[in-house]
Amino acid sequence: MIKVSLWEFVTDRWPRLAAEAYQHASVVIQCTLIATLVGVLAGVAVYRSPIGSTIATALASTILTIPSFALLGLLIPLVGLGVAPTVTALVLYALLPIVRNTIVGLGGVDSAVTDAARGIGMNRMRVLTLVELRLAWPAILAGMRVATQMLMGIAAIAAYAKGPGLGTEIFSGLNRAGAANAVNQALAGTLGIVLMALLIDGLYLLVARLTTSRGIRA
Amino acid sequence: MPEQTSVGIELADVTKRYPGSREPAVDGFTMTINPGETTIFVGPSGCGKTTTMRMINRLIEPTSGRIVIGGDDALSLDADDLRRRIGYAIQQAGLFPHLTVAQNVGVVPGLLKWPKKRIEARVEEMLSLVGLEPEEFLRRYPRQLSGGQQQRVGVARALAADPPVLLMDEPFGAVDPITRGNLQDELLRLQAELHKTIVFVTHDFDEAVKLGDRIAVLGDRSRILQYDTPEAILANPADDTVAGFVGAGASLKQLTLLRVRDIVLGSAITASVEEAPSSVRQRMATEGRKFALVLDNRRRPLRWVHDRQLGGASLAGIGRPVGDVVSTQSTLQDALEAILTEGGDAVVTGPRGEYAGTVQLDTVVAKIRELREEHQS
Ligand SMILES: Nc1ncnc2c1ncn2[C@@H]1O[C@H](COP(=O)(O)OP(=O)(O)O)[C@@H](O)[C@H]1O
Ligand SMILES: [Mg+2]
Repeated sequence: MIKVSLWEFVTDRWPRLAAEAYQHASVVIQCTLIATLVGVLAGVAVYRSPIGSTIATALASTILTIPSFALLGLLIPLVGLGVAPTVTALVLYALLPIVRNTIVGLGGVDSAVTDAARGIGMNRMRVLTLVELRLAWPAILAGMRVATQMLMGIAAIAAYAKGPGLGTEIFSGLNRAGAANAVNQALAGTLGIVLMALLIDGLYLLVARLTTSRGIRA
Repeated sequence: MPEQTSVGIELADVTKRYPGSREPAVDGFTMTINPGETTIFVGPSGCGKTTTMRMINRLIEPTSGRIVIGGDDALSLDADDLRRRIGYAIQQAGLFPHLTVAQNVGVVPGLLKWPKKRIEARVEEMLSLVGLEPEEFLRRYPRQLSGGQQQRVGVARALAADPPVLLMDEPFGAVDPITRGNLQDELLRLQAELHKTIVFVTHDFDEAVKLGDRIAVLGDRSRILQYDTPEAILANPADDTVAGFVGAGASLKQLTLLRVRDIVLGSAITASVEEAPSSVRQRMATEGRKFALVLDNRRRPLRWVHDRQLGGASLAGIGRPVGDVVSTQSTLQDALEAILTEGGDAVVTGPRGEYAGTVQLDTVVAKIRELREEHQS
């Protein structure tokens, strides 16, 4: 392989890079969504109890302190190589910001509002779904945004467990250090991740704008 | 529970003991709340007013006792159903910040599954009722409203499904005094129209006197110290604690409960502007009066003239202009105010501003004394 410029490298390998980029974004977004489901349920389960909230937040933070390499390595014997360890690890990492923001968001709802909601005849489920979660939504979405940003980087490391995404390019480039286009390959993967992260962040702003009531928009 | 007719509330030996506290917060509370009346729970902070009121719609479950609303045992109904038929308004309004004013007011009809068109119409009707122009406010969010406007929306939301009972917990406690006065006036106007059974909690005795058909003065653990009309409590407080709570100036407060139409009006010597001063003077001399009231040709009061000013050829332009006048709707407090600023009898005018009579200081004093004696039993 002859040495080419980064631009030529990217155009040459575009179909493959594009597929990897798509997989990268796709796994990150799907993991964020799964983590949101789990994290919001966990947040809803504990937010009324100070002890429960502390424990849930502490657990989620503990997960985040495990180095991603180690966590992936430890997951491989449990769930095998490929998509499974990647998804498991990413979901676990994404939990902290989402659980924490759900608890903070729900805890921040004015008690006069929930009292009035009960008082005019909403049952607990309605208070939760029609009032509390709607009001906590901007905080939850902010948690999802942080989680997604974090996962964009961490997902690259998932290539170590043969996971999908642009991490494959980075790992392969770093492994072939010194060979022709090795730097281009690592760079293409890294820059691709950064660009996508920026793009998705922009999408989050758009979603936040479209899904947050004008009455509570900052 | 019938929706339209007024319903009464019976609380029988209702007790609430919060978990972890030795003393009950409400201890054996028994009361009959009359249908279609405004009943005020008034008492110092922490005496159990809120707890007592919130047991009526079961936001707090009583530890023991019976609560009957309009003949139905409230404790055996589904709590959420019960609450949809009891309006509820609180101090901070508690509006849903993410919903528009229209959506806030429409919440309970929505829960009751009213058709959309009917809800829309009802929302507009409610906003007008509480003095908010629908066109201007429908699409606003709570944060775009002043404190007083939020309270109005809170009341509109509480009344939207036309509940026969309305619970209000210090609803005007967090707004400035002028707005509070306006909101109180609005509530009086609303209630004159709607005749709901209102239970209203406040720690402000003056508010209780102004709004209540009946006042329950509560002491520790929601003990009923006195339960009577404002007039009776002001005239004859049951004990020293109530007297202390009624505060200084009970007689002055009584004046706010009485209207000019409740007393016998006095009469002044009146004269039209065209009348000759000498003839007026003659009439004054016969009746032994020092002052006469000059009226214009539509019998509206113009000026007070003293007999010494009647030496001239015409009544035009002489005497002291009448300042404060009161109407038959005015309170005796307004009348007393007018007597003091005018330095003499207050002039009472009718619907078209025409002279109707006077209020004399002696009449006011006699009325207060009469009330005292009436309730001294
Ligand atoms: N949820 C609660 N748990 C324990 N004690 C409470 C609770 N709510 C109120 N209390 C206590 O019950 C008493 C009456 O309170 P409350 O009904 O709020 O009084 P008020 O409305 O007259 O100020 C107070 O001593 C208060 O501390
Ligand atoms: Mg209270």
